[in-house]
Amino acid sequence: MTELFGVPVALLLGQLLLGLVNGAFYAMLSLGLAVIFGLMDEVNFAHGAFFMMGAMFTWMGGQYFHLNFWWMLLLAPLLVGLVGMLVERLMLRRLRGMDPIYGLLLTFGLTLLIEGVFRSFYGVAGEPYSPPDLLGGTLDLGFMYLPLYYVFAMLASLLVCLGTWLLIERTKLGAYLRAGTENPSLVQAFGINFPLLVMLTFAFGSALAGLAGVLAAPIIQVSPLMGSNLIIVVFAIVVIGGMGSVMGAIVSGLALGVIEGLAKVFYSPISTTVVFILMAVVLTVRPAGLFGKEK
Amino acid sequence: MKPKQLILALALTLGAATLAHAGDSVKIGYITDLSGVYSAVDGPGGEAAIKMAIHDFGGSVLGRKIELMDFDHQNKADLAAAKAKEYLSQDGVDMLLGGTNSATALAMAPIAAQYKKPFIVVGAGASSIVGKQCTPYTVMYAYNTTALARGTASAVIKHGGKSWYFLTADYAFGKSLEDEAAKVVNADGGKVVGQVLAPLGASDFSSYMLQAQASKAQVLGLANAGGDADNAIKQANQFGVTKSMKLAGLLLFLTDIHSVGLPAAQGLYLTTPWYWNQNAQSRAWAERYFKQMKAMPTFLQAGDYSAVMSYLKAVKAAGTTDGTKVMAEMRKMKVNDMYMHGGSMRPSGLMIHDMYLMQVKTPAESKEPWDYYKLVQTIPGNEAFGPAAAYGCSLEK
Repeated sequence: MTELFGVPVALLLGQLLLGLVNGAFYAMLSLGLAVIFGLMDEVNFAHGAFFMMGAMFTWMGGQYFHLNFWWMLLLAPLLVGLVGMLVERLMLRRLRGMDPIYGLLLTFGLTLLIEGVFRSFYGVAGEPYSPPDLLGGTLDLGFMYLPLYYVFAMLASLLVCLGTWLLIERTKLGAYLRAGTENPSLVQAFGINFPLLVMLTFAFGSALAGLAGVLAAPIIQVSPLMGSNLIIVVFAIVVIGGMGSVMGAIVSGLALGVIEGLAKVFYSPISTTVVFILMAVVLTVRPAGLFGKEK
Repeated sequence: MKPKQLILALALTLGAATLAHAGDSVKIGYITDLSGVYSAVDGPGGEAAIKMAIHDFGGSVLGRKIELMDFDHQNKADLAAAKAKEYLSQDGVDMLLGGTNSATALAMAPIAAQYKKPFIVVGAGASSIVGKQCTPYTVMYAYNTTALARGTASAVIKHGGKSWYFLTADYAFGKSLEDEAAKVVNADGGKVVGQVLAPLGASDFSSYMLQAQASKAQVLGLANAGGDADNAIKQANQFGVTKSMKLAGLLLFLTDIHSVGLPAAQGLYLTTPWYWNQNAQSRAWAERYFKQMKAMPTFLQAGDYSAVMSYLKAVKAAGTTDGTKVMAEMRKMKVNDMYMHGGSMRPSGLMIHDMYLMQVKTPAESKEPWDYYKLVQTIPGNEAFGPAAAYGCSLEK
């Protein structure tokens, strides 16, 4: 077998591919955070909880209502989006104009609450959830077996990322949103209902987390704590990419997935830390993050 | 707050603190993972089991009320040690019950020894707890990595799995489990071709699966536990590892099998000190537990119950909660209950009792919910835990 740096090439290729799969996940999760931060200046700590809810709803749909994965792929993000909408309308809106730290505290508290509720009902053990039959197979790539579902999850995430980027950077709606970030009252003066737009943005960001949760359900155990395990990493990615930069979140999400994958081959214990090392380096060189703009 | 109120509040606090010191009740301090990756196998379920024990014992011993205090160590050894110290030095706790995570148990053991109070380890498995780091006050009650490795590894080798690759949880317990299993593999004519360390609580094992496959070993030994083991087994199936390799779970709990599901877990060999359906007595107890917790107990939760019962019996026999006297009583005891038969303690504090080699049933073999194991072989206690000399505990000499 050919080797590169003492590692079989097939193994390296496999890791790169897996890194891309993970990266696509990270990208989608950080995307939701970046959208909310970029357009609302709101640090949404409940993002991990929304992610977990997406996965839990998916499992619950199958368990109680016999709704299959495809149904839940549609329903769970809608439900999570609805929760997000309520959170924005009933709570976060009252904190507008105040120090962002209040929003952060509120959403952090919400996370504990939501996790606690799910934990008291479902424990922490994790519930199994199988990929849909259609995607249950495994692809033999010669150098590795890749579960079909991973391919699907990666493509779906990338598609969503691309769609979101287009929506925000290339459509009129996106333009309104970006304008509103700069000067909400001026946008209002043009007859645009900006508070509604903000609520929908928050709902959209939450729905993205929910969608990531649905896609993650068949890959990792569905458990009330799955969100808090990921959220810190996702925050780091957003910071690396530049707070609020949609493209930054996507690129650094993908990159981190790959780097983490490689770290696992060469020196596994560092794989959980590598993101923070990267963050420290990026912040030293570019304090606003890779794609961030200095304010 | 006005000065007067402040003084009143202070006085009340002090008063309460003095009351707590009065030692009216017999206190059990349960320090475990109550919310993290290991909480499903011990955690809140263990707490429920301890309460059952206190209730079954009649709620009091030596005319004193039995009280349970618990703490979530979050798998952090420093937190566990600090709380253990606080329990023993300030709260007047009489016995420490150590839950999951060997790193925390190893941190708590010297503190219990310093305060001369029994420290009964149920959840943690590193053999060094009763090996090089044994103390006269540590009891290892339920299992250890030696027994698990000897049971499972030798069974898998007997069935043809000669070359091994280990996926190991990166801390004391995982490494101890891997070491013990590797010893058995080498001794039985097998070979270890490689290993990879995975951080505790990693949810993505896919890249480790690729590395395992690339090693061309016949057996993937899982030297991890709890949520880690669940994810590893699930992903081993997804990545076709199970097509080319056999899986050997070195520490698997009933809840793991439950959350992974029989289709993915079937055929796995595992070693356990207890199974809810092993006899009428265990079944009766498990059903009581099930009514409360809506899940069948793991061998740790049942072990928590048995350990507390044994401790309380020893307190009653000794007529005091003095740690040294209670330990002397526990060393003399033969434990016969729903958990073990003829259980007895070695000078190192290791409880010797039979272990069971089980195989996970196929979905077709499973006749009722939680019906997951079939007994392959009963391993007599001394054979399972191995010779005392191998542990290197100074109390054995």
